[in-house]
Amino acid sequence: MAKIIVVTSGKGGVGKTTSAAAISTGLALRGKKTVVIDFDVGLRNLDLIMGCERRVVYDLVNVIQGEAGLNQALIRDKRVENLFILPASQTRDKDALTQEGVAEILEKLQEDFDFILCDSPAGIERGAQLAMYFADEAIVVTNPEVSSVRDSDRILGLLASKTRRAEQGEDPIKEHLLVTRYNPERVTSGDMLTLDDIREILAINLLGLIPESEAVLRASNQGVPVTHDISSDAGQAYSDTVSRLLGEDMPLRFHELQRKGLLSRMFGGGRR
Amino acid sequence: MKLLEFLKRERRKSASVAKERLQIIVAHQRSQRGQPDYMPLLERELLEVIRRYVHVDDDAIQISLDSEDNCSVLELNVTLPKS
Repeated sequence: MAKIIVVTSGKGGVGKTTSAAAISTGLALRGKKTVVIDFDVGLRNLDLIMGCERRVVYDLVNVIQGEAGLNQALIRDKRVENLFILPASQTRDKDALTQEGVAEILEKLQEDFDFILCDSPAGIERGAQLAMYFADEAIVVTNPEVSSVRDSDRILGLLASKTRRAEQGEDPIKEHLLVTRYNPERVTSGDMLTLDDIREILAINLLGLIPESEAVLRASNQGVPVTHDISSDAGQAYSDTVSRLLGEDMPLRFHELQRKGLLSRMFGGGRR
Repeated sequence: MKLLEFLKRERRKSASVAKERLQIIVAHQRSQRGQPDYMPLLERELLEVIRRYVHVDDDAIQISLDSEDNCSVLELNVTLPKS
């Protein structure tokens, strides 16, 4: 039985899709059969981040409307075995998603996957609510910035009330905090909320911390999830995050200012 | 020099300002969590009705909904000015 994990945030542009792509890649690299579903109907982007945009034939809405089978719509990842992508529709409007339709798809996927990641759209409307509705766990992606933290808190409220687990009085969704675009330099200079500030305000378990990194843009430019860039700080941070998601105990990295060595000072070595 | 220090200090504070503001708004958000969607409107309309008779401030009214086992209690607290 697959575990359903929603990657959500409320606010847009904080790194939901980047994180969904990186974490699902990380899970598949550990041998877990994983599917990542784009719920952002009308504005699909997961395919681009995963580098499979030219192989999209059918999408989530096609499957819900019975125009294609689930196996026809699933795209097999080129790089990692055990990884599949279910893209969102680009043309339909978001009302094309129905709760029954989503339930049916998830039920089928649960039979032969270990993990189902739902990449939520921004906002708190239909697409976002459907992405979280059936979740067992939630990864709340948050930037160290006031509007993102506030929206994350709103999302936590919805996770606790507008989901299947909440409505049916089951165990609550397990909530994880993923802080992204963290810049230790700005934290040290007092211009950015610290990790502890964010944890104190949101009061949920920390799953990972991803430093602001040049590798993320490089990865999305190429359509290769940043987890594959194992020499990069962000790639390593996502890899740690995946380990923690699988229950391993990993020490936190990249949250403190690295002292620059003489060479990188001389040659101005940027972030990896 | 003084000006420089002043500017520096101002900048150092921005993250703690952010934290303070967040703590307040998040606490407010959480107090409204789980209550029905009609509560803000109900609060506003109740305030309007009261104002037809007595002049009260915006923050003179406190409304809360508590759920117990088989019933919910709507509690309304209005502070009236001394007449």
